[in-house]
Amino acid sequence: MASTTAPSRNGPAGRQDTQPPHAHPSGPSVWRSRLHRWDTKGTPYALVAPFFLVFAAFGLFPLLYTGWLSFHRVSLYNVDRAEWVGLRNYADLFTGQVSHYFWNALLNTFTLGVLSTVPQLLMALGLAHLLNYRLRARGFLRTALLAPYATSVAAATLVFALIFSPEGGMANWFLGLFGAGPVHWEAGRWSSQFAISVIVTWRWTGYNALIYLAAMQAVPRELYEAATLDGANRWQQFLHVTVPALRPTILFTVIVSTIGATQLFGEPYLFGGQSGHQGGTDHQYETLGILMYDQGFHSSMLGRASAVAWIMFGLLLLIGLVNALITRRLRATQ
Amino acid sequence: MPHPTEQRARIRSVALASAAAALALALTGCSSSGDASASADGKITLTVGTFGTFGYKEAGLYDAYMKLHPEITIKENPTTVEGNYWTALQTRLSGGGLDDVQALEVGRISLATSEDLADAFADLSEAPGVDKKDYLPWKWDQATTADGRTIGLGTDVGPMAICYRQDLFKAAGLPSDPESVGKLWAGDWAKFVETGKRYQAKAPKGTYFMDSATGLFNAVVSSSTVQYYKDGKLAYKDSPSVKTGWDLAVKAVHGRTSQGLKMFDTPWQTAFSKSTFATTVCPSWQQANIQQFSGPSNKGKWNIAQPPAAGNWGGSFLAVPASGKHVDEAKKLVAWLTAPEQQAKVFQQVGNIPANQAAHDLPGVIDHKNAYIGPDAATGQIFSTAAKAIQPAETGPHAQDLTGAFSTGVQLMEQNGKSPEEAWNATVRQIDSTIQ
Repeated sequence: MASTTAPSRNGPAGRQDTQPPHAHPSGPSVWRSRLHRWDTKGTPYALVAPFFLVFAAFGLFPLLYTGWLSFHRVSLYNVDRAEWVGLRNYADLFTGQVSHYFWNALLNTFTLGVLSTVPQLLMALGLAHLLNYRLRARGFLRTALLAPYATSVAAATLVFALIFSPEGGMANWFLGLFGAGPVHWEAGRWSSQFAISVIVTWRWTGYNALIYLAAMQAVPRELYEAATLDGANRWQQFLHVTVPALRPTILFTVIVSTIGATQLFGEPYLFGGQSGHQGGTDHQYETLGILMYDQGFHSSMLGRASAVAWIMFGLLLLIGLVNALITRRLRATQ
Repeated sequence: MPHPTEQRARIRSVALASAAAALALALTGCSSSGDASASADGKITLTVGTFGTFGYKEAGLYDAYMKLHPEITIKENPTTVEGNYWTALQTRLSGGGLDDVQALEVGRISLATSEDLADAFADLSEAPGVDKKDYLPWKWDQATTADGRTIGLGTDVGPMAICYRQDLFKAAGLPSDPESVGKLWAGDWAKFVETGKRYQAKAPKGTYFMDSATGLFNAVVSSSTVQYYKDGKLAYKDSPSVKTGWDLAVKAVHGRTSQGLKMFDTPWQTAFSKSTFATTVCPSWQQANIQQFSGPSNKGKWNIAQPPAAGNWGGSFLAVPASGKHVDEAKKLVAWLTAPEQQAKVFQQVGNIPANQAAHDLPGVIDHKNAYIGPDAATGQIFSTAAKAIQPAETGPHAQDLTGAFSTGVQLMEQNGKSPEEAWNATVRQIDSTIQ
């Protein structure tokens, strides 16, 4: 290693203030090369350290603390008086007093997830495909797609709650045009889940469409030109050129949407008004996220809420695992 | 060209510094920000946590107090829904960040005075300016712990009446002056439900006798001395008032005399202005809702009548968290806010009936007339008579949760079309799963 100011062994350390004098008997060059090695290896860690420190404080610690709480009986107002109950909270959820609500919430999370994710992604794909063609006002349309995503959950949900209101809501007015009777949207299991899915779909379709659009623009034009020459119409092009090229992107959006659906909270909570904390009078749209909130913050049972949190965490890990498996298989077939 | 090692060293020190900064950020991120309340010039800021409408701001009481005590600034932190307020309060009891004064709903007072929580609040019985005999005795006792500490001073009580629409009653062929209306159901809630059937038989199209069967249920339970607890134990299954209330609610639902709205929800608020129901149970605090949601165009159409039985629904306390920085100043403020003159002002402004019985005798309270309700309904007379007739009921730590569970149970019949058995079982399941 070349150095213009290398000091002699017994000389002053010079400007190399990071190197202590008389550091090592085998000489400064050995010491320096070791320092250099630490430097190249250590600096990246130091640079990413802030993220991990913040993560440890706001991510890892709450995670572990929640795990610890889930083995205790503890109320919201005196956390320091936690009482060890072992696996009681988990047993309560799976087979005990709360099992009725837990399995109901798990099922609702699943049905709401399917109802809101599947149409959303299909519509996003279609929209992206249309926007990929030369259209008038394409820039405006693309920006407009992102507007719902930029709207806050609260604002969107309150507007949709009015639309689906039994007292002069727009949804019932629309049904009335076709002679259909008014629906009490919030009260029914399927009607309420449909309404909530509409909110989620409205908010996220544009976002996913933009992701698809970005991926589509990376598909070589020649493929479409070749397909056109072969006589493929737009639908066939979409099916045989666009979709296969988008496979990794589609997988990505499926995973992100699934995670979002597993954690669904704001829309059902706000949609329910007074009974939002328990996902409707009959718990008809109570998701796992709502159950966690209801147990922890409404019924003041933090231990049980923590157990729900850990079960949700486990579910997400499972989804991640499935994702990894599918990705590997996809790569193997390509 | 700088020395390579030196350059890396600098990068590294930047990295370490930013890591340290991030750690410092993480460590300070959770610390309380309450230190700013006492500034250098001896000024003190007192914060008051409330829910719903306490009426202090509306009656100009904060400003008046700040004028009397120039060294004090008062800031109110209001929450609309009591449930959300209570959740936040519980979290802060563990994590810090409480206001100097915290309001407590009557449904929470039993828990707040229990061993679990009582130590978190200061004793107000000896606070300067507090005179025990001013307050309604049962209200005072509710906020007193087993060892004799009074942790909350009563702000208001919720004596009940029935508010009804004169125009709709007339249209349905029923009497419409308060006295005759009160006679329709005097002494028995079952008569109230019967009147509902009479109304419904000739009701103007698209209207219902009552807004919600949950209101009826809660009113029946509220007018009994035995509610959800007996001898310190949960006893809702054997409570006569719960049984009567439930059966009457079932009748109201099956007779389609209730519109089946969820009280306090947006559709309920809208229904006031659309004039789709003819009665609502009217604890004193309900007057403010009626006026606000029915709007100016319905002025003079509501009136108020005696209920089938006297009862209390709601009402609150003010408490001072013992961990506060200005406990003594907060105590003084609470004593002043709940003193007779101030409670009378609140009543005149927003209609909350004073928990302070000395306030009832002040001019402008008992002779108060509500310009929106009736033509000049004698609401002061009606409510202060009812307040003095209230027989206190035994309450318990989960009183508010039980009210919530039963309201949900009645809604299951009204909104979700469940049979009475299904709804009852769901209510019991809900209670068993949350109350241990």
